[in-house]
Amino acid sequence: MIFDSATVNMLIEGIGETLYMVFLSSALSYLIGIPLGIILVVTDKDGIRPLPIVQGLLGLAINLLRAVPFIILLIMVIPITKALVGTLVGAKAIVPPLVIAAAPYIARMVESSFKEVDAGVIEAAKSMGASTFQIVWKVLLPEAKPSLLVGAAISITTILGYSAMAGFVGGGGLGAIAINHGYYRYEAGLMFVTAAILVIIVQIIQEVMMRLSRATDRRIR
Amino acid sequence: MEQREPIIRLTNLGKEFKTANGTVKALEDINLDIYAGEIFGIIGLSGAGKSTLVRCINYLEAPTSGDVVFEGTSLKSLGRAGINQARKSMGMIFQQFNLLSQRNVLRNVCFPMELQKTPKDEAVKRARELLEMVGLSDRENAYPAQLSGGQKQRVAIARALATNPKVLLCDEATSALDPNTTKAILQLLKEINRKLGVTVIVITHEMGVIEAICDRVAIIDKSHIAEVGAVSEIFSDPKSAIGRQLIMGDTVHTDFGDSKLVRIIFDGRASNEPVLSNLILACKVPVNIMYAATKDVNGTALGQMIIQLPKDEGEEKRVLNYLATAGIPYEEVTRDDF
Repeated sequence: MIFDSATVNMLIEGIGETLYMVFLSSALSYLIGIPLGIILVVTDKDGIRPLPIVQGLLGLAINLLRAVPFIILLIMVIPITKALVGTLVGAKAIVPPLVIAAAPYIARMVESSFKEVDAGVIEAAKSMGASTFQIVWKVLLPEAKPSLLVGAAISITTILGYSAMAGFVGGGGLGAIAINHGYYRYEAGLMFVTAAILVIIVQIIQEVMMRLSRATDRRIR
Repeated sequence: MEQREPIIRLTNLGKEFKTANGTVKALEDINLDIYAGEIFGIIGLSGAGKSTLVRCINYLEAPTSGDVVFEGTSLKSLGRAGINQARKSMGMIFQQFNLLSQRNVLRNVCFPMELQKTPKDEAVKRARELLEMVGLSDRENAYPAQLSGGQKQRVAIARALATNPKVLLCDEATSALDPNTTKAILQLLKEINRKLGVTVIVITHEMGVIEAICDRVAIIDKSHIAEVGAVSEIFSDPKSAIGRQLIMGDTVHTDFGDSKLVRIIFDGRASNEPVLSNLILACKVPVNIMYAATKDVNGTALGQMIIQLPKDEGEEKRVLNYLATAGIPYEEVTRDDF
């Protein structure tokens, strides 16, 4: 199967757009998701500063957002997208819905990573007079780092999967190519090629993050 | 004992936990004075409340009644910041060591000083001194996963001492260690107590730990203090049932019924003789061993054994006669004695 240079350029552009969407959305989602995850863990009834009401409400909000299928969320948040980026077309337009969908997901991933941190270590820090902020910053985050990196591999590939749905609502990237050319124009070959490229990207992200996690984890060696 | 102010005083301390099945009283009406410079043991069976008790001392668990007075200050009256301040004067070590797994040995010891914002070079210098004291100078770049249990506990001890605490709380600090390592760690705790004058509070379920290093001991049973006193007194004459049980250990109660029990005392001489075999051979009767132990007391092996005599009166008499003529010290005891 040989593509003309226009198609190749389109694919290269698609890869660029996909990476742009995925990494920008992941970065923004983590910026929101990590603090939310911290609040979930810290305010838990067995947490460092139990605040059951805050925890309950935040948990509910996160569950609500996570319950909405991404394809529907894409449409529901159109007004927000319009207000934030001023357009509904292209890679940029898909970032707000991706962040809205991924941030609660990441909050849960971060929460579960933090919960893996040995309660005894947190107790030891408390016994030394550590403040809540110090426990989060000097115990939870560094101790959970390997698990957070594994979580990031899962989260980023999930965001990549979501980003491919952007094609249905006029977004850009590889998913849009697969849908517009492969689905609407029956170019099956092109569809498989984009899918293969997505697989390779997932593989690279997964491998890099896992290696990073292993290389920095001091519990093994 | 001279009148002095205790470094830690617990007054009418109580702790209740609310669970799905109602309220559980973990501690009730605990009164204890712990004096500066002593090694104080708290012993009890699991579930007796001893871990909760030690956590009340540094307010990791806030008592639901009563008070903890540390150096004359009531912890109840302090806010969060005040409690954190007080905790810096109370180091703590744990059964599972609780080291930060992503930090190397040196940075683990620096950790409490980092929390207090001690300048880095000063902290590193102090950490190296402490590692020297616990005998781990050569492992400062190792990570906890690369250390043995005993080494981890040494790092934990160095870490707990980093902020020059007045009190060191040890929560089952040797329970995860083998007997030899336990001995070495206890020796280290004793050394720290002597050299630095740190008051050491030891929580354990093993009488051996109390025996090895403690000056005084409190026996805690079913959320209450059963007895408190000098270790030597409690050892020779435990007043509470739980005290006797802890000192004699768990005895097996498979017996012949309600026949007579005799305690044979082995002094240095008799422990070299096969007393029991001789007895059985001479009297041709079975006896049931209820309890047996030897202890090294100041270099001589002293021991005791509780045997149950046959029900038959004639056979019983024969055994007692044998013991008397062989010159083996014995006394009759009752079931309540252990």
